[in-house]
Amino acid sequence: MTTRVGVLQFPGTNCELDAIHAFEVLGADCELLWHGSASLNNVDVVIVPGGFAHGDYLRTGAIAQFSPVMDAVRVFAAAGGPVIGICNGFQILCEAGLLPGALQKNAGMKFRCEMTELIVASARSVLTSDAEAGQRLCIPINHFEGNYTCDAATLASLQSEDRIVLRYAMNPNGSIDDIAGICNEGRNVVGLMPHPERACETLLGSTDGAVLLRGVLATGLRH
Amino acid sequence: MTDASTVALHRQLGMTDDELDAVIGELGRNPTHLELAMYSVMWSEHCSYKSSKPHLRRLPTEAPWVMVGPGEGAGVIDVGDGLAVAVRIESHNHPSAVEPYQGAATGVGGIIRDIFSMGARPIALMDPLRFGNLDDARTRYLFEGVVSGISGYGNSVGVPTVGGEAVFDDCYKGNPLVNVFCLGLLRHEDLVLAIATGDGNLAVLLGSATGRDGIGGASVLASAGFAEGAEQKRPSVQVGDPFEEKRLIEACLELYNRKLVVGVQDLGAAGICCAASETAAKGGMGMDFDAARVSRREPGMNPVELLTSESQERMLAIVEPAQLDAVLEVAQRWEVRATVVGRVNDSGRFRVFDGYFDAIGVPGANPMPPPGDAAIVCTSDAEPVADVPAASLGDGPVYQRPLARPANLDVVHNDDPAAKLRAQFADGVDLGEELLSLLTSPTIADKSWIFRQFDHQLFLNTVVGPGGDASVLRLKGTTKALALATDGKARFCKLDPRTGAQLIVMEAARNVACAGAVPKALVNCLNFGNPEHPEVMWEFSEVVDGMSAACAALGFPVIGGNVSFYNESRGANIDPTPTVGVVGLIDDLIAVPPSIGLRAGDALIVLGTTQAELGGSEWAAVTHGLRGGRPPQADLETAVALHELVRNLVVDRLLGGLHDCSDGGLAVTICEMAFASDVGFEFRGTADGVLLTDAEECFSESANRVVLSVAPDQIGTVLARARAAGVAAEVRATIGGSRLVWRRSPDDRDPDIRPVFDLDLATVKTQWSNAIPALFAQPSG
Repeated sequence: MTTRVGVLQFPGTNCELDAIHAFEVLGADCELLWHGSASLNNVDVVIVPGGFAHGDYLRTGAIAQFSPVMDAVRVFAAAGGPVIGICNGFQILCEAGLLPGALQKNAGMKFRCEMTELIVASARSVLTSDAEAGQRLCIPINHFEGNYTCDAATLASLQSEDRIVLRYAMNPNGSIDDIAGICNEGRNVVGLMPHPERACETLLGSTDGAVLLRGVLATGLRH
Repeated sequence: MTDASTVALHRQLGMTDDELDAVIGELGRNPTHLELAMYSVMWSEHCSYKSSKPHLRRLPTEAPWVMVGPGEGAGVIDVGDGLAVAVRIESHNHPSAVEPYQGAATGVGGIIRDIFSMGARPIALMDPLRFGNLDDARTRYLFEGVVSGISGYGNSVGVPTVGGEAVFDDCYKGNPLVNVFCLGLLRHEDLVLAIATGDGNLAVLLGSATGRDGIGGASVLASAGFAEGAEQKRPSVQVGDPFEEKRLIEACLELYNRKLVVGVQDLGAAGICCAASETAAKGGMGMDFDAARVSRREPGMNPVELLTSESQERMLAIVEPAQLDAVLEVAQRWEVRATVVGRVNDSGRFRVFDGYFDAIGVPGANPMPPPGDAAIVCTSDAEPVADVPAASLGDGPVYQRPLARPANLDVVHNDDPAAKLRAQFADGVDLGEELLSLLTSPTIADKSWIFRQFDHQLFLNTVVGPGGDASVLRLKGTTKALALATDGKARFCKLDPRTGAQLIVMEAARNVACAGAVPKALVNCLNFGNPEHPEVMWEFSEVVDGMSAACAALGFPVIGGNVSFYNESRGANIDPTPTVGVVGLIDDLIAVPPSIGLRAGDALIVLGTTQAELGGSEWAAVTHGLRGGRPPQADLETAVALHELVRNLVVDRLLGGLHDCSDGGLAVTICEMAFASDVGFEFRGTADGVLLTDAEECFSESANRVVLSVAPDQIGTVLARARAAGVAAEVRATIGGSRLVWRRSPDDRDPDIRPVFDLDLATVKTQWSNAIPALFAQPSG
């Protein structure tokens, strides 16, 4: 059976075709889900891809959270469906209240597009289920607002509940506790700033992203 | 008969008396205010190429694979597999000098529209940048603003910036150059041209509302008397909206894909006036245009302002009436404003009305008037406010401007830096400090600080990103890939514009060959000073001839370009700065091409010959301020052989790494290779102290050289191939270790003879990497 991946598309999203390409190379069936649609078409996995939804003019993800499709995503997530927010998608999931915390401007006040080394902090999430804790992955980042922050109590619970799933080996953006990705309490909603879809082919310099995306496909089928 | 007020107006608009007479001759009467404004922008240097046109005709523009040559929004070439690429380069120099962030951002936005107006999805940007020295605070402000503007707009609009250049030279202090190259990908059948055909077809304006920004362009209307008061002071630099542009891209691509439009043109210089009249003229048609249908940002705008505004993020689509509803539906889905503003007819005339379409029943509705404006009053017998032959706007005057070889050029040529430098740097002097000053000079220093701010990976095509000789983009669904390089070297052109232009074309083609690609097309951005100075026009003419000769010899055409004149400040012209973008094609990309790094255990082979050629070099001109002499020789025949050789070595996978030898010469090139791979080298010099000194061997910028890293068991093959190709090749270094060592000739093993330089790789690399970031370090605390 093939996992069906739904990739959300807001006006201003720009990584949707890349996400589809990467998942299709891994054997998934993909479809675009327009932000104005209230239905997820019974997909197995929802990807909120990177880009600049609604231009990010107000605050990253601030307008996207109100799109009709996000209500459907909330219902899907509450039922345990796997939802992965990549970059702008992570920002949207935070604004939508599906993940705690927020992403502020990089500490260096510059956009950063570069390869980073990540350490799998927890293998207990839909994103990292095929990886091992402590595993190192080379996956690029591409953001201006990737500096994860949250209050002390939230950080303490993220740490004690093993919900930090990815950390940077060398923190590029000032993110608290070197956080690159976190999951919700149900471990089925994950947000990460790095772009695994950009690291799935040898020609593009790394295949480490496929470790994460394959895990998503496997849990998507089980869901 | 021209009355006094008309004379005053045409001069304010930047037109000569002769040009006004030509307009009167064309119309058979005095022009209206709007007509005069339209002719003044359309016949401006920027839109009409009136000074450059006679020269540009000498460029070679044809090849069997060219689908669209110069004159359209972009040049288009066939790359096989049913695919084509659209390419263009533009300058946004003056806006960036006034407001660096928005100047650069709108430059990016404009060139992207040129590309998707051809039916192509824009997939790559590159930015050749030229600034003054970074020790000047204002230059740092301009540079940082331009980089942020490219990053802010390009990343958000969703087109990756895959390469470019940054060059720093005093001549750009008052007039930086911001050139932007864009490439788009399309299927052959999706090619769209900016042509309005079909009597009764509708012109639909898509995108942003029209404001008073950039009316007529700063140079034409800087002191126009159209409106008294505050509006006059409004900045003439437009403000970019990448989100609007992103939606416009997606909406237009969907319109093409569903074959809902006949033709499309972007709105750039001269705004609606240019787009509407040009599309009509190209189709041999006419157009009635209703200014009342244009969405406005602010109240009180008159037809002159509406027709000549350069508000960003707008496109004009030609639509058959039967498709109008479908077009409006696509626009609505992408939240793109769409209004019927014109109707194509077979009159051959471009007529502008104000409030006429409702009365005669053209479909579509008037936009809501901006707050403060009354509703449009319709009238069925309206007189046009402009009525001109559509073709006449694009058929402006052409000037054969006087040419003059600069009077001091012989003096400059005789002022060769070699003699002075030989006196100062005789063999035996340690050149380590000289090398360090080159490696930390911003033109040569690590540019990661710049390109790290650009998304260079979107669309999953980028096999080789910024920092190499050429950027390599795979074409998904095929075995093919594109290699892209931009280059320019103004100091060579200042010394000898014809040779300089050849050297630039050769370098770009060499960069593309280093990726294993065959060069297929070139676009040029010709940045020059004031064309009314005969020396500038002579430089321009020589550059065109040099570029023509190089393109003809190397076998690829010029498929588009842009001329930017009047790059001068305080009476001083910039050095003549042609920049070029070359597109190469790789037929079968089976793996990532070899990097610019060294491979430990390999031998280092230098292809080509090093001569004492320091004129215009980084070392002579930047490190030592010696700007005279002649540029290196441009041997086109050797270039053809070298490129073929290098391409085949790459394609046949015989190399561990390779790097084009250019700025800073051989020593800098090999150090850059060491930095890319963290592997050192021990080079054996061959300078004889007579024809060539150690310093000249290190820093001379002779053309036609490439440095190779070759596995020991491939050395024989590589040398034999070079011999067969007639290209000089020598094994010159062992590769490995953690030091950068250049042994002195001839006794390279004598422990009493100190090396030319012997430096610690890690230390020097850190200095090279930190040179630019250190200039922009955040204040601590």
